[in-house]
Amino acid sequence: MRRPLCALWVFLVLLGDCLASPYRPETEPLDPEPHETNSIVELELPPELDGTMSDGELVPHHYPAQRAAKVAQHYLNTRHGSPFRWIELHRVNKASLEDLGQAGKKYYLEISLKEVISNTDLGQCSAEVLFSGEQDQRAPQVQCPCEGMQKLNTTAEEEALFQRLNSSDSPVSGSNIPDSYGHIAPEMKPLWHLGAAAASFVMLRESNESTLYNMAQVASITQLETENGQLRFKYHVLLHDMISQEILHWKLLVSWSPAGGVSVLQTEWQPKPAESTP
Amino acid sequence: MRNGLIFLVLLVSVQCNKVFIGDQVLRINAESEEHIELLQALEKEQDWELDFWLHPVSSELPVDIHVPYASLNAVKDYLKSNNIPFSIMINNLQERLDEEEAEMEENKERERNSRSFNFGAYHKLETVYSWMDTLVADYPHVVSKEQIGLSYESRPMYVLKFSTGGAKRPAIWIDAGIHSREWVSQASAVWIANKIASDYGTESSVTNLLNAMDIYLMIFTNPDGYVHSQTSDRMWRKTRSVNPGSRCRGTDPNRNWDAGFGGVGTSKNPCSDLYHGPHAHSEVEVKNVVNLIKTHGNFKSFISIHAYSQLLMYPYGYSCKDVPHQPELDAVGRDAVNALSTLYGTTYKVGSICKIIYPASGGSIDWSYNLGIKYSFAFELRDTGRHGFMLPANQIIPTASETWLALKHLMVYTHEHPY
Repeated sequence: MRRPLCALWVFLVLLGDCLASPYRPETEPLDPEPHETNSIVELELPPELDGTMSDGELVPHHYPAQRAAKVAQHYLNTRHGSPFRWIELHRVNKASLEDLGQAGKKYYLEISLKEVISNTDLGQCSAEVLFSGEQDQRAPQVQCPCEGMQKLNTTAEEEALFQRLNSSDSPVSGSNIPDSYGHIAPEMKPLWHLGAAAASFVMLRESNESTLYNMAQVASITQLETENGQLRFKYHVLLHDMISQEILHWKLLVSWSPAGGVSVLQTEWQPKPAESTP
Repeated sequence: MRNGLIFLVLLVSVQCNKVFIGDQVLRINAESEEHIELLQALEKEQDWELDFWLHPVSSELPVDIHVPYASLNAVKDYLKSNNIPFSIMINNLQERLDEEEAEMEENKERERNSRSFNFGAYHKLETVYSWMDTLVADYPHVVSKEQIGLSYESRPMYVLKFSTGGAKRPAIWIDAGIHSREWVSQASAVWIANKIASDYGTESSVTNLLNAMDIYLMIFTNPDGYVHSQTSDRMWRKTRSVNPGSRCRGTDPNRNWDAGFGGVGTSKNPCSDLYHGPHAHSEVEVKNVVNLIKTHGNFKSFISIHAYSQLLMYPYGYSCKDVPHQPELDAVGRDAVNALSTLYGTTYKVGSICKIIYPASGGSIDWSYNLGIKYSFAFELRDTGRHGFMLPANQIIPTASETWLALKHLMVYTHEHPY
C-alpha cells in the first residue's frame, strides 16, 4: 500500500518542480574561458564578431568605428576648440579598418560634425585615425581636414573675453563646473569650454581602441599670470572613460589667446583620491 | 446628468456669486397625461423663473424643477392644488453647491500634492520616497508601493506597482538608477511613474495596457549609491558594500548578475568601477530584484534605464553573438527610438550591448533574457558626452518625455505580442 503512494508522492514532487519554474530553464551561458587577470577583461574578438564586414568595412554605429570617430573629435578640438567653440561628433556615416600589422590599425571614417555652442552644422569630414601597434604606445595620429571649420567665426567673442580676463584685477577661479545638478554659471561657460578644449589634448593622447573619453567636469580652474600675451590657467579636470567606467583626474597648465589658440603646457595625472568614509 | 447640471449651475454661480440660497429642486412624479399638461403649462410660466432640469415628457419619467426661493410657496401650492405628488430632492441648492465646490477644491489640493512635485529637479532620496506615498494616495486604484528588501546600508528598496487587478498578470519590469551617478535615470523614472498613473483612464494605450498587464517600476535600484553620490562623491557608480581586505568599497551592480558572470568587460579588482563582486548576486540590491522576478514568474519584459550615450540596447553584453530574437528586438528598438525622436529630434542608436558599446558580462538584461523574458532592453539616456552624468536639470523633463515615447512603444509591443 505504501509503495504506490510513495511513488505517487515522488512523482507529484517532481511534477511540481517542473511546473514551478515558469521561465525557460536557465541556459548555459556562452562563456569564453575565464580570465585570470586583475585588469579589465576585454576579449579579443574575431573580426566577424566585431561588426566588421568583408574588406575591412565597419558597421558605422558599432563601437570600433565610434571609438575611432571620438578620437577624431578630440583631435579637432585640440586644433579648433576655444572658449566659444566645441566640436561634437554627430554621426559616423562610413567606416573601414586597415590592419597595418606592426604599424598599427588605421581607421578610415566619414563623419558628420557639429559645433554645438553656435549649433552650426559642419557637414561631413573625412578622418584617418591610426592607433599605433602595441609595441609603440604612442598617441593616435589623426588626419581630419575639415572645410566646415571655415564657417566658424568666433573672433569677436574671443577677443572680448581675452580683454576682460587680461585686464581684470582679480584672476578668475571656479570649481565644480558643471555642479552636481548640471548647472553652469553663465560667466563660467567659456572657461568650461576652454577646459574641454584643453582636456582634448589629454583625451587624444591617452586614447586607444579600448577607450572612449569625455570630459566629465572641471573640478577647478584658477587663472595665473598672463605670459607672452597668452592667458594662463591651472585646470583640474575629470575625464570619464566609458570603457573602464573610471573617472580620471588630470591637472593641466593651459595657455590661450584668440590668435594662438589653446595650448597645454603641462599635464599631470592624479591618482584616484582615497575614499574618505571607511 | 444631474452632476452635469450641478456643474453648470456651479459655473453660473461662480460667475454670479451665491444666487441660490434657499432654492430647492423638486422631483415630480406625474401620474397622468393631465399632470404632464399642467407641468408643461408651468414651464411657460415666466414670472416664477423655474429652471427645469428634467422636462415634462411623459408620466413614465420624473420631472425635476429647480425652484427659486421666492417662487417656492407659489409652486408648491400649484402642485398641491392639482394633486401632483412631489418630493424635495435638494433642500438648499446653495448649500449643495458649496459642498461640491469644497470637494473640488480638495481634489485640486490633492492634485497639487503629487503633481506639484518639481519633476525638473534632482531630489534627495527621502524626498522622492515621500513623493511615492503621495502618488499612491492620489491614484490608489492604480499604484501601490512594495518594499522588496533592504539595501546594503539597510535602506528600503521600493518598487511602484501599477496594476488594475487580476492575479499575477503578465508584467513589465523597469529599473532605474542601478548606477547611482546616472541621475537623469532616477529623475526620469519619477516623471514616468507620474505619467503612467495619470495617464490611466485618460490615455487609451496606457489604459488598455494596464487593463491587461502590470508595470513594476523601481526608481532607486541602488539607493546607497545614490545617497553617496549626493553627499560625498558625485561620480559614485557602484553599490556601497564593504570588500573584505580592500580599502575600496562597492561592486558594479550591473556586472553582478548571473549571466556570463566574471567574463568580459569586468574586473576582479574591488577598486575598479567594473568590479563584478565576489560572486553572482552577491549584492543584496541585485538579489532582491532577482527574487522578485523569479517568484513572480510572469514578467514579459525587462527594461533597465541608464545614462549616458543615447542608446537603446538588447542582449547580449557578455557575447557579441546575436541572440535568437535579434531581428525582432532590433526592429522593435528602431521603432521605439523613432518614436523618441519625434519629440525633440534626439537621436539614439540601436544594437546589442556588446556591439554598440562594449562587451560586458554579468548585466541585468542578459540575465533576464536568459531567464526567458524575451523583451529585454537597456536604455542609455541623454546626452552623448557634453554634460555626461552632469546633465542639467532643465533637461530632465525633456529627457523623460521623449524616453516615455520609446518606453510606451516597447510596452505596447510587449502587450500586443504575448508569448
